[in-house]
Amino acid sequence: MNLQASWVIATKEFKIFRRKRTIIYGTILFPLLLAILFPLVIIYAGGKSTGGIPPAALPPLMNAFSFFFVIAAGILPNAIATYAIVGEKVEKSLEPLLATPTTEVEVLLGKGIAAFIPPMVATWVGASIYMVLMDRVTFSKLSYLYYPNWTIGIILLVLAPLAAILSIEISVLASSRVSDVRAANTIGGLMFIPFMIIYLASEIGVIDLNNSNLLIISGAFLIADVALSYFSVATFHREEILTKWK
Amino acid sequence: MIDTENLTRKFGDLTAVENLTLHVDDGEVFGFLGPNGAGKTTTVRMLCCLISKTSGVARVANYEVGNEADSLKIRKIIGLVPDNVGIYDNLTAYENLDFYGKLYKCTKSQRKENLKRFLVMLGLWEKKDVMAGTFSKGMKQKLAIARALIHDPEILFMDEPTANLDPESAKTVREFIVQLKREKKTIFLNTHNLDEAQRICDRIGILNTKLRAFGTPEELEQSVGPRKTTIQLEQINDAILNSLGKLSLGNISRDENKLTVELANPYKENPLVIRAIVEAGANVQTVSVSSSSLEDAYLRLARERE
Repeated sequence: MNLQASWVIATKEFKIFRRKRTIIYGTILFPLLLAILFPLVIIYAGGKSTGGIPPAALPPLMNAFSFFFVIAAGILPNAIATYAIVGEKVEKSLEPLLATPTTEVEVLLGKGIAAFIPPMVATWVGASIYMVLMDRVTFSKLSYLYYPNWTIGIILLVLAPLAAILSIEISVLASSRVSDVRAANTIGGLMFIPFMIIYLASEIGVIDLNNSNLLIISGAFLIADVALSYFSVATFHREEILTKWK
Repeated sequence: MIDTENLTRKFGDLTAVENLTLHVDDGEVFGFLGPNGAGKTTTVRMLCCLISKTSGVARVANYEVGNEADSLKIRKIIGLVPDNVGIYDNLTAYENLDFYGKLYKCTKSQRKENLKRFLVMLGLWEKKDVMAGTFSKGMKQKLAIARALIHDPEILFMDEPTANLDPESAKTVREFIVQLKREKKTIFLNTHNLDEAQRICDRIGILNTKLRAFGTPEELEQSVGPRKTTIQLEQINDAILNSLGKLSLGNISRDENKLTVELANPYKENPLVIRAIVEAGANVQTVSVSSSSLEDAYLRLARERE
């Protein structure tokens, strides 16, 4: 495999996204919003008169908040990945691209890299701001810096990247079936559901988002990523694209 | 340069291309004519290794179509101008070409040189930093041609390059193809435009699922039937008719002082005819040749399936 070809394709996608303001704003704003919103919740929740959230309730709450960065990593690549493929469909630029001496996997990898890097960077930057602000607002109650810790490490370095890959693969599959970006986004947006189920399950006490459970969820994501990678590669096949994609 | 033998492609029950056998020489401009749905685009896609063949053999520059390892080699030495130009609207003309140059692994200096050369040749150099999305159809078509040539391919496949273009843009594209022909590029040109094919192509194939005819434009014209030479005389007499009778020509018909003679090869036989009737005492007023055109050949051959 020629990784240089994939990188050439990825840099071309970066160039295009830089000119798509809605995609840039969406990618940057969501993690940034989470980074600012959650510390504000800690400050204002519970009311000043009652002394706010009790210290013992803070760690599980902060773990649940941290999980939103997995959701961000799972949702944000959808817009870029669908545009990278459906955009090419709309512009009918896949045929000349596929006529070059690049393999389908190289093309797919290039688009995957383009859809992976900006959301992950935005998520990591947002999470870093979140950790700094959270430590600042919770230090007085906890008497120690909660972040960084293993939980956020697993979330940001294992679970979030796996979620982003899953999102990209689902977007590839969705993009092959539709011919406009909005429809592909809607289908890809269904990625939100399993993440919300996990989050809600943690909120109602069905599962605890502790390190071992996060690793189990990561394992499940990994299996799903590997399985969907086969489908994505099979879907992104020259012949399929030129004869069956509408 | 391009060889196919019984090349066939089926989509389910539909046969798009059936037993196509043809040969395109190095440096030749080959025109592929046929109605919509005749299988022209399918053929180009097979030869560019974009879709597989159902059966038969195809070779491009001695690489075998359908062989996985050869497919990449074929795609390296060909350039494709597809039916839909597929230009990136959110990239400038320069960025569009530079991207493809990088994919073909051209060096920076090669990219720079070819980019300038083709953009200048196609009159787009001044617009190199303008977003391609703002370009007219004709400009996008020219950009697609430049894109297909950025790596200096040995063979250029062009699928309807002048379709939907205004006459001026179409003329520029045609002139550019002629220029490439002078540079001895092998060009496989899918077109609906008979006049274009006649003017540019060395040989023409008429496809309607099967290859219906193959040859030079002149050969195809002749294949439709004899050409007619009409001679307007001052007066016709028996001596003139007898002199023509001795030449064993095709049908001769007379309409007052006008003679119409069917000739297989008017360029060769006209002088003989004229000499014979002049020697028989005729005063020739006008001579005109009405030939079967490529259009006649195309219409007859393309309709054969129907």
